[in-house]
Amino acid sequence: MNVFDIIGPVMIGPSSSHTAGACRIGLFVRMIVNKPIKSARIILSGSFAKTYKGHGTDRALVAGLLNILPDDLRLPNSFEIAKSEGMDFTIECEDIELAHPNTVRIIAKREGKEDLDVVGESVGGGNIKIVNVNGIKIDIDGKYGTYIIGHTDKVGMISKITEVLSKHNVNVNGMNLYRLQKDGDAILIVQVDDDTMGEKVKEELLKIEFINFVHFGKAMRF
Amino acid sequence: MNIKVIKYTTLKELKELADKNNLSIGEYVLEEQILSMEISRDEIINRMRKQYQVMKESINDGLNKPTKLKIEDQDQGKMFLKYVESGKSIFGDTIGKVIARAIAVAELNASMGRICASPTAGSCGIFPAVIVTMSEKFNFKEEDIIKSMFAAAGIGIVIANTMSIAGAIGGCQAECGAATAMAAAALTELLGGSNDKILNAVAISIKNIEGLVCDPVASLVECPCIKRNAHGAISAILVADMAISGMNTVIPVDEVLTAAKSAGSKMDSGFRETAEGGLAKTETGKYFWDKIFSSKK
Repeated sequence: MNVFDIIGPVMIGPSSSHTAGACRIGLFVRMIVNKPIKSARIILSGSFAKTYKGHGTDRALVAGLLNILPDDLRLPNSFEIAKSEGMDFTIECEDIELAHPNTVRIIAKREGKEDLDVVGESVGGGNIKIVNVNGIKIDIDGKYGTYIIGHTDKVGMISKITEVLSKHNVNVNGMNLYRLQKDGDAILIVQVDDDTMGEKVKEELLKIEFINFVHFGKAMRF
Repeated sequence: MNIKVIKYTTLKELKELADKNNLSIGEYVLEEQILSMEISRDEIINRMRKQYQVMKESINDGLNKPTKLKIEDQDQGKMFLKYVESGKSIFGDTIGKVIARAIAVAELNASMGRICASPTAGSCGIFPAVIVTMSEKFNFKEEDIIKSMFAAAGIGIVIANTMSIAGAIGGCQAECGAATAMAAAALTELLGGSNDKILNAVAISIKNIEGLVCDPVASLVECPCIKRNAHGAISAILVADMAISGMNTVIPVDEVLTAAKSAGSKMDSGFRETAEGGLAKTETGKYFWDKIFSSKK
């Protein structure tokens, strides 16, 4: 925790968990898609589902999907902006079992690719946790540049991945490997200090054999 | 993970570290953060200055933009300011202005305006109302104001790690209580209060708000939140005044935080930001809930 977690964040009100945090979750999805989103399904659960109208949670989520930041004065008008920018969306409520009270699932359509299906939690103070991407359970807080690297479980994959990062002088500050099946699918989550090399590194990683997909999200620190 | 440890976990430790280095609490927190955040002095001061700028803008917006509240009456901050300007306020000009500003910023927050959480959005009116108004009255220098914000933040960090700054965990004593303690600490430091007096102010402020529940009507951040910001702002000035005058606390500040923490933990969940108790569950509270959340889109 630093002083700007206490005197801050600067945000659109009324609630750091139900407004600012919600916006951040939308932003994460937008960053991973890396293009304007044509259409999205927003599924609210728990307290989000109960109180979203009172906290503008729906408007905050849509704002994030439009790449509007949590402190941007345009946030309350995100529905109108979505219409003018041609983004379709639906808001549904469905209780996700055993989920955090502030949970939202966002399914974003992508051109020529499978949908991006993300589950995020707003854990307080504007902080978030992304807990699922396309069925894979993960744990990302978005405070650092983050790579989500889907690959096939083979000896030497981590080494090949970190070689690319090291070649670009990118320092790793956190890493998590999730293996879904031996010799099958695996996900490596890599958190980095410097996210300016984001897309360049992503392109090089995609050239490695047995790398199946790479998502990259820039650091979200407000 | 690159974790930086704050080298104090209690307010007593913070004070001792500041005293040992011959610095005010604000000055010490600033130095420590430069090291632990690994950014330059200029950068960190500029960033804090930006937060202060947002606070000043929020006062301006709160008093000039129309509010968009769902259950509370609109524009009460503006109304109170007019009342103050007419000379009728019991509190007089300066403190009357503090009240109007605290309400206006809290209204702005509830109207989806831009604010600086300090430490939370629900209590965002307290710190700006106190510090901006007192700065006008006493002509504090901007660099001293910024330093005092570091004092406030240091206090806030310890509170966050002990009794919590989340209404869901500690009730309103955690949000408005923390904001009041922070504003009191900053004001006491600005008025030249010693590090001891700063901690006295914090202790007294928490003692005065101990046990305050979080029972927001219709789970909005309007009732009772908006007017509690006025209460917190006045309370901050009250305890700063008492501390500067020489009043002490018989219970040391860290023990006060522990006591408040226990009060929070023993609160029924209905009083911890769930809108399932207290004001939220009155007949009128339930009526407002139905009115807002049962309406078809």
